[in-house]
Amino acid sequence: MKRDIVTSAIGILVLTLLCGIAYPLAVTGVSQVAFPGNANGQKVYVGGKLVGSKLIGQNFGTVVLGKNGKPEMQDGAPVTAPNPRYFQSRPSATVPPNNAAASTFSNLGPNSKATLTEIQGNIQTYISLNGKYYPGGLTAAKVPVDAADSSASGVDPDISVANADIQAHRIAAVRHLPMSDVMHLVSTYTGGRGLGFSGEPGVNVLELNLALDRTTPSA
Amino acid sequence: MTFTGWLTIFAFAVILTALALPLGRYMAAVYTGERTILDPLFRGPERWLYGLMRVDPDRAQDWKAYAKSLIIFSLAGWLLLFLILRTQTLWDWTGLNPQHFHSAPWNVTFNTTSSFLTNTNWQYYSGETTMSYFSQMAGLTVQNFLSAGVGIAVAVALIRGIIGRSGRSLGNFWVDLVRTILWVLTPIAFVVAIVLVFQGSIQNFSHYLNVGTIAHLPQQIAMGPVASQEAIKELGTNGGGFFNTNSAHPFENPTGFTNLLEMLTVLVIPAALIFMYGRMTSNRRQGYTIYAVVMFMFLCGAAVAYIAEAHGSPAQHAAGLHTQVIAGSTGGNLEGKEQRFGIAGSALFDVVTTVTSCGAVNSAIESFTGIGGAVPFANLSASEVIFGGVGTGLYSILLYVLLAVFIGGLMVGRTPEYLGKKIEAREIKLVSVGLLITPLFALFSTALATATKAGKASISSAAGISPGGFSESFYAYLSQANNNGSALAGYTGFIQPNAGSLGSHGITFADLLGGVTMMFARYAPILFALAVAGTLAGKRVSPAGLGTMRTDNGTFAVLLIGVIVLVGALTFFPALLLGPIVQGLTPHLY
Repeated sequence: MKRDIVTSAIGILVLTLLCGIAYPLAVTGVSQVAFPGNANGQKVYVGGKLVGSKLIGQNFGTVVLGKNGKPEMQDGAPVTAPNPRYFQSRPSATVPPNNAAASTFSNLGPNSKATLTEIQGNIQTYISLNGKYYPGGLTAAKVPVDAADSSASGVDPDISVANADIQAHRIAAVRHLPMSDVMHLVSTYTGGRGLGFSGEPGVNVLELNLALDRTTPSA
Repeated sequence: MTFTGWLTIFAFAVILTALALPLGRYMAAVYTGERTILDPLFRGPERWLYGLMRVDPDRAQDWKAYAKSLIIFSLAGWLLLFLILRTQTLWDWTGLNPQHFHSAPWNVTFNTTSSFLTNTNWQYYSGETTMSYFSQMAGLTVQNFLSAGVGIAVAVALIRGIIGRSGRSLGNFWVDLVRTILWVLTPIAFVVAIVLVFQGSIQNFSHYLNVGTIAHLPQQIAMGPVASQEAIKELGTNGGGFFNTNSAHPFENPTGFTNLLEMLTVLVIPAALIFMYGRMTSNRRQGYTIYAVVMFMFLCGAAVAYIAEAHGSPAQHAAGLHTQVIAGSTGGNLEGKEQRFGIAGSALFDVVTTVTSCGAVNSAIESFTGIGGAVPFANLSASEVIFGGVGTGLYSILLYVLLAVFIGGLMVGRTPEYLGKKIEAREIKLVSVGLLITPLFALFSTALATATKAGKASISSAAGISPGGFSESFYAYLSQANNNGSALAGYTGFIQPNAGSLGSHGITFADLLGGVTMMFARYAPILFALAVAGTLAGKRVSPAGLGTMRTDNGTFAVLLIGVIVLVGALTFFPALLLGPIVQGLTPHLY
């Protein structure tokens, strides 16, 4: 009994040093030397200013101003509306959207009325943003599921290729770019599957929008 | 559904088997003291650790001594973890709390401590708004290693009991623990962590980033030593995410490739242990038979989940969405799923982490369709024997094997024997209680939580009083009792601090009931498994005769599946009807 207590007490301290200090430090050391860009979050700078991480989705919106000229607030964060000049990320359940310091699921169940309301709202936003630019117009049935369903992390960096193709019509019109140029950019920033089969292709929205801004600087 | 989706599932099964076979051979060498390729690296540190911990590696322990060492060591681990988590701000001098987070309240910490000690990693806290880097490393990561080591040690002890030729020795707990950490967990975790960073996971101690986005909005991005924790969280089937959204977060699981890697990391040790069992019993067919059983049940679950999620949800269809596959879109129920994993990558990950006691998630289980979501329920109802947690899965399915041998013996009217040892009343009593104690805790706690006002406070407001709300409570206690740790995440025991409210508090009822459930449902079966090992170790081996029922052929495999399904179904079917099955069978919205 006494022997077990002594061994346990020493053991837990030694193993804490080994597994809790030495191991993470070793991984950090190797990562920071071998892959410093990745280990520090694939930061993106524009003109020396930090504008985000390639892996973290952003809210490409503009702040909505209320009647008094001040930003409208909801849940302690300003309300935003999609900026038509940018490709839009997937719906996000975090507060504010795409909050990378407090990630969360939507936690909306498959049979819940709250889910229906949420999805209908997302569809409506998507159609009112893209409908008038899309040849033949948009209906709910044509909206890709990734544009109607919230992501898991709330900071999904990607959208589906179908989603990007629909938004490309709007981008081409608003930015006065030939459709082929926009589609070329979309395919440039479309990732593949792991080992050719694991996962789905996605379009990295931040990289795509940065490339757009390099082509036609934002107003 | 797509061809690539089905390919993902079957390629995964093939790669897993190809990795687990050599690992099983290696691990058999580790636990029988044979030479391995890593001996030159770890022999020295091993001897040094024994000296420091005052361990005599040659001292054999009977089951009571083995259990005593295990329990006292676990107690010491509980105390240290609780202390570290409660004194979070005291460690600010290390520079490993750049956001100056305070400790979570005592009741939440009680739950978290019990949770990580028992390999559950149920999380009532949200990582990036509660835990300092120091707590994540020196607290949680440590138990990710140790709880996995304890689980494997118990499995090895049970095997030694089954194959023991004479005497009562089950080996030495400290030796099994130390060798597991040095020879198995640390090297694999290290390699996986580095590959994760290579793919885009982060590993740093920096301040959270304050970003001005290209649309001129503020964004804060959480940082931290993520990859090192992610690797052992998967390898030890622990599952506690660095971030709130766990393996859905791009920093934890950045690409389709890492999704595959993480799934393999979760299952490789549980799969290898089965092959190791075959080698240690000098009868590899015993291992292959068990492997065939669990792989069959695993693939059934994966297929059902994939088909259901690809079909889409009632809410999507009510909104007029088309959920078929179209050019450039995976279709299906993408609510709470990430684009880069798609439907197959999310459904498979969910099945991988609920058959094992991992409980990591790369998508929101709450948002799974009724039938897709019934698969994790079914996996948990099978008491974590379909591969199961590291160690726990093997010792649990061996208890089922003994039960199946007993039932088979009764059917043919002979004394049940397993590998030459008679299975008698004492063993079957221990096996039965050992197998039923986890379901008992799961159902009892669910009943308490759904019948009391204090319990209902944890149900998410979106679910409310509905089949979804019942599912949340049931899943919460099923998951905690099985030491899984995945959640229908609307369920909560901690009102989190966030941008809008600094006030945070724990829901004492949920925190304490969950913590107690996890502790009892972990250590009671361990004690029963060790007791079974103890009685088997002393039994004489009689040679197999003509009347001996074989336990390494197809007939026995079918019998074993029957026993697992029957026990799970009889125990949980009524409760499953009230929650996920109602949700799956009706298009009605609540």
